[in-house]
Formats: sequence, C-alpha cells, structure tokens
Amino acid sequence: MEYGLELFWYIVIILAISCYAMLDGFDLGVGSLHLFTSKDKERRIFLNAIGPVWDGNEVWLVIVVGALFAGFPNAYATLFSSFYLPLTVLITGLIFRAVAIEFRSKVVAPLWRKMWDGFFCGASVLISLAVGIALGNLVSGIPLNAEYDYTGGVILTFLKPYPLLVGFMVLTLFAMHGAIYLVMKTEGELQLKLKKWVNPTIILFILTYAITTLVTLIYVPHMTDRLRERPYLFILVILNILAIANIPREITRGNVGWAFFSSCMNIFALMTLYALGTFPTLIRSTLDPENNSLTITNSAASAPTLTVLAFIVALGIPLVIAYGFYIYHIFRGKVRVDDHSY
Amino acid sequence: MDAVTLARMQFGLNISFHYIFPILSVGLGLILVLMEGCYLWSKNPVYERMTKFWVKIFALIFAVGVGTGIVMVFAFGNNWAHFSRFVGDVFGSILGAEGIFAFFLESGFLGVLLFGWERVSKKMHFFATIMVALGAHFSAIWIVIANSWMQTPAGHKVVTINGQQKAIIDNFWQVLLNPSSLDRLVHVLLGCWLAGAFLVLSVSSYYLLKKRHLELAKKSLQIAFFVAVVAVLLQLVSGDSSARGVAVNQPIKLAAFEGVYTTSEGGTGMYVAGVVDKEKKIVRGIEIPKMLSFLIYRTWDKPVVGLDKYAPNLWPNVPVVFQTYHLMIFMWGLMFLGVLLLAVALKRKKLLESKFTLRFLVVAVLFPQIGNQAGWFSAEMGRQPWVVQGLLKTAEATSPNVSRGQIITSLTLYSVVYLLIFILFVFLLDKKIKHGPIEDGQSDEYRNNLANQGTF
Repeated sequence: MEYGLELFWYIVIILAISCYAMLDGFDLGVGSLHLFTSKDKERRIFLNAIGPVWDGNEVWLVIVVGALFAGFPNAYATLFSSFYLPLTVLITGLIFRAVAIEFRSKVVAPLWRKMWDGFFCGASVLISLAVGIALGNLVSGIPLNAEYDYTGGVILTFLKPYPLLVGFMVLTLFAMHGAIYLVMKTEGELQLKLKKWVNPTIILFILTYAITTLVTLIYVPHMTDRLRERPYLFILVILNILAIANIPREITRGNVGWAFFSSCMNIFALMTLYALGTFPTLIRSTLDPENNSLTITNSAASAPTLTVLAFIVALGIPLVIAYGFYIYHIFRGKVRVDDHSY
Repeated sequence: MDAVTLARMQFGLNISFHYIFPILSVGLGLILVLMEGCYLWSKNPVYERMTKFWVKIFALIFAVGVGTGIVMVFAFGNNWAHFSRFVGDVFGSILGAEGIFAFFLESGFLGVLLFGWERVSKKMHFFATIMVALGAHFSAIWIVIANSWMQTPAGHKVVTINGQQKAIIDNFWQVLLNPSSLDRLVHVLLGCWLAGAFLVLSVSSYYLLKKRHLELAKKSLQIAFFVAVVAVLLQLVSGDSSARGVAVNQPIKLAAFEGVYTTSEGGTGMYVAGVVDKEKKIVRGIEIPKMLSFLIYRTWDKPVVGLDKYAPNLWPNVPVVFQTYHLMIFMWGLMFLGVLLLAVALKRKKLLESKFTLRFLVVAVLFPQIGNQAGWFSAEMGRQPWVVQGLLKTAEATSPNVSRGQIITSLTLYSVVYLLIFILFVFLLDKKIKHGPIEDGQSDEYRNNLANQGTF
C-alpha cells in the first residue's frame, strides 16, 4: 500500500500527541501529586513550577484535536460524537483545571484554597485517566457500523477493563514524569522530600506497564502483529526499558535533568509503540475490523488540504519550537515564589 | 424539543459564554501594548503600575477564556459530526492554522507577560506583551475567516467520496479571502477593541468616582478613551460596509435584519425600532422612509429585495434576527454617547465633577458585551436554515448517534458549570478591582511581606 501526504500528517499527529504527553504530562502529573503535601507553601511551589508553562503545554492538546479535524475529518467526527458523555466529563475537567490554577491564589481563606486544590488535583487525575482510556479504546476498538457511526452504549462501552488499565498506566506515567519535574524545579529540604516520591511512582508505573503489556499480548494480539513480523522493532522495546531503568540511576547520581530526559524518551517510545501497533488504523471497529475501521486512508482529507496543512506545519512548527525553547529557557532553574506568583 | 434544536442550544451556550472572554483578551491586549509602550517611552512609573494591574486582570480573563475555549475544539465533533465530515477539509485547515500560529504565540508568551517581570529586560517584556496581543488578534482572524466561509463559501468544490458529500479546497486563497472575510474581520476586531476599551473606561471611572488611584485611573482612562474613539467611529464605517456586503451575498439575511417582508415599489424604509408580527408578516415601529435603500444602494429609489421573493422555508427566524440586529445597533449608539460624554468632560477639564458621565461609563462595560453577543446571534441565526450557506442545512449537520438524552445531560452540566464559573469570575474580578493597583511607595517587597503573612 502506497501512502502519500496522509502518512506525513499521521506522523505529525503522533509527534503532537508525544509532545502533549511529554509536556502537559508533567504538569498533569504535578496536579495528580498536588494533594500529597498539605502545606500551602509547598502547594504554591508546585503550582508555580508549572505556572508559566502549563497553558502552552495544553495547547498541544488543541493541536492534536485540530490536526485530527484538519487531516482526518472522518476520524474526528466519529471519535468525538462516539465518546460524547465521557468527553463532556473530560472537558468539564479541563475547564475546572484551567480556572482552579488561576482562582486559587486570589483568596487566602484556607477553605477556598482547599476547594481549588481539590479541583486542581481531581481534574488532573481525571484528565490523565481520560487520555489513557481514550488511547486504550482506540487500541481495543469501539463498535462502528459501515457508515463509521458509533453504535455502542453511552458510557459503559468505554469503561472495559483494558482501556481502564491503560488509563491507570497513563496516570502513573504522568505522576512519575511530574515527580521528576518537581525534583528538577525545587531545592533544599523540599527537593529531598520530593526525591523520595520518585521511586514509588516509578514502581507503580513499571507495575501497570508490565500488566498492560501482558494483557495486550494475551487479549489484544493485533497490537503486536507488526512487532512479530519485524522482530528488529523489538529494539524499541529495549530502548524503552533502558529509558525507564535510567531514571532512578540519574536521580541517585543527581542528574535530574537527564532523569527527566529519560522520562521523555520513555513517553516517546511508548507513543511509537502505540503507532506501530495500530498503524494504519486510527479508530478500530470491533464489529468489522477489516471494513468498518477508520484508517488514515479512508478518513483523510483531500490532497489540496493536506498540502496546505503541510505548508502550515512547515512554516509554523519551527516558530513554535523556537519560542517554546526560549520560554522554557527564561523560566529555567528553581522555582521562585514572588510578587507575581500564584 | 428535537435533537437539532438541543444541539443548537448547546453550541449557542458554549460559544456565547466563551465569547465573553476572548473579546476582552483581544481588546485589553491592545490596550496593554499601549500602556507598556507609554511606560517605555515616558519612563513614568505610573504606567508600569498600570500595566502590572491590568496584566493581572488580563490573566484572570485569559484563564476563563482558555477553559471555556477548549470546549470549542471538541464541540464540532461532539454534536455536529456530519458538519465536521462535510467541512473538515476546508474548516480543519483554518482551525489548524489558528492553533499553530495563534494559540502557541498567545499562551507561550503569556507566561513571560505574567511571571517574567524580573526575569527578562523591559524591552523583552514589552515584546512578550506585543506577542500576546498579536496572538489574540491572530486567533480572532482565523476563527472569523472560518466562520465567514460558512456565511459566504468560496474557493471550494463539493465532491462525493464513498457516498458522502464533502466540500474540498479548490483554491486556498479564495477560501481565506471569501467575499465576507474582510468586512466581518474588521467588524469583529473593532467589537473586541470596544470591549477592552470600555472595560478599562468602566474600572477607571469607578476609581475616579471613589477618588482612588486618581493619577493611574486618569491615565488609564485617556488610553482607553483613545481606543474607544477610534473603534466607535470606525465601527460606523465597518457596519455600513458589512451591511452592504450582506445585501449582496446574503439578501435573505439582510431582509430579516431589517424586517423587509415585502419588496416595496420605489425606495425601502428602515425601522429604527419595532415589533415583528410573524403571522401578518409586517413590522410595527418607527420607520424612516427610503432610508434603507439609501444606505444599501446610495440612492433613494432602488427597492431592497424583501423576503417575499424567497421561499418561506429559506427564511430565518425573523423576529429574533430583527431584534438582535437592532439591539446591536442600539448598543453602538450607547457607546457613541458614552464616548461623546467623556469627550465633553475631558474638553471642559471637569472629569472628576462629571458624576453622571462617570456613572454612565461604569455601566458602559456591558454595552460592547451585549452588542457583540447580539451581533453574533443575528449573524448566525440570520444564516439559518443553513449551517454553511447554500451548501449544508443545519438540520442535516448533526451527529446521528447522539441522542436527545445525551445532549440534555451535557447541556445541563455545561449550564451549571458555566453559571458557577461566571459567578466566581465576577466575584474575583470585583475583588481585584476593589483591591486596586499597588500605590506609590508600596513596593513589591512590601507586598511580598504581606503575602508571606497571609494578608493576601
């Protein structure tokens, strides 16, 4: 099968999801860990560690959804009309998270702050789970008829064990990623305390990752077909495991930056494995995987649109990366809580 | 109520609530650039305190704008799956451009704007402010282009792929510069500037009435006055040009705007205000004879085409479209009056004594908000029964598998969440305004000490 620009656009989307998971992943992780400390000062440091960047990170989600709409309108239409109610809950989570970060600092009353801390943490957990559940459902499939319209239930169809498992894996993945980020952004006693948080998150992640892998091998065999056909791809799995193993090593040696980098590589490897396992399917149909699934071919936009999109990406992404780096550079180093902080 | 009406209500709720905030980001963004520019140019610290104060208000508005805006990227797929399939080719690329060119610029540099005061040089901070304002404007540009294409589609062709009709791009530049793009873009941006300017006018007038932060309030007021004068006058030109464009491109919509049921012999009159009788197909109200013909065609005797020339199943809901359109124009009148009153007070150098003017301006923050909302309602409801003019009917654009029950659930949830967020937003905005900017002699360190003691 020959692919044209739709393959290019598919790669763009997979890279955008990877960027989203690497960037918003850490601030969602920080959010999930938010309630593990009860001191207002430490919670403020957590918030200000992600303060200047979380908003830009979340734009990657908008990019992923927008890119899907632009490049694969059929998949966009089916996906978001199928996941109707779960998505409404997710969106409510996104709204509350965005306002919680801003609203929290505006009033000092402890009850007010505790309330928004709860919303911030709850929404972060919810969003992390939802990202995983969505990916899990894309892997195992949802009932789609010949018109690519969804025929399943309103909520329970999405909450089968396998997607839930992937949901927990993503939650632990982001928590680990967030914990490492916090160690990187703090100093002194707090940093020592946070270093102790990293190992449990790594262990939890490895546990859910191992279970998910096993379950995938047994119950979702189509995910691993491509790996079995091309054994050399197992190098990715090995790189993935090495990246994970490198995290505690770098933390112990005090190279937190490298630990964070390893964690990013872990996320990237996981996304690549996801892409290799599912390609060229975007949304798998459980009713008739052969004919009713949405692939990058049958859901792609027309060639002129894909050409325009390629130009937009070629022009825009270098800019995005340039000022992305610049902004992270400005806010490098340890968190300082000052007059303008949350 | 059927699923289509519910889906329309939900989209209307999502977009209307969201639309309160980005227009303020665009308008206030421009004003922040002017304020910080004044600071860099004059080195007067009052402009610095002013910028810092308005940046905090901007941050609050921006946060709610982001939170409510993220709903929109999902909204098309949620309730409008057929619309998404039909227009995805054209629409998606414009939204993608918005994300890449506007959102990253805006939210990326927002961090520098909010938290970068001590981390970057003054000029660099000013640059970040410009980038945020530019990002907000870009975002408006792309989204208005996308909407304009739904009003006056161009540069596309309709093809059938796998038994599904869809519009695909034929000429991207024609898509971007479709017949209504420029008119509507200018109209919307001016509406945003008015929203920002009147927010600053309102808060400054409040301080002047309370005799607080006098110097800062006066200088803020002057900057906002400048923007308001420019925008309110240009809006007159833009409104005229837009209406004449609608007359050419969407004559049914124009007839609904003006309540022209019957095509007249000779010149068509214009209603300043009125009540539409849907049954009898007439408007009762104050009419200026032949005025509409003059405004549209610049001649008194050429009749404006009425709804009677078109099949009634292609008419929008005329009473609603008529009233929202007239409400928008009425709001412009009130804003013009506000600017005029302020000009008189400034000219006579009696700003502090002009209590009525100041009180009027405090309330005036609502006028651009109501005007912007009403204008969009008339623009969108005036296009009905089409979602994409002449190509796709709204009733055929929904998601087939989404049931009434699901929409009622999500609609209820959104309504509750939005109400809650709106109350909190107003509460926090009010608190910030009452707290006010930092005064001279009250250094940042002083505030930090207060912060550490938990005073605020």
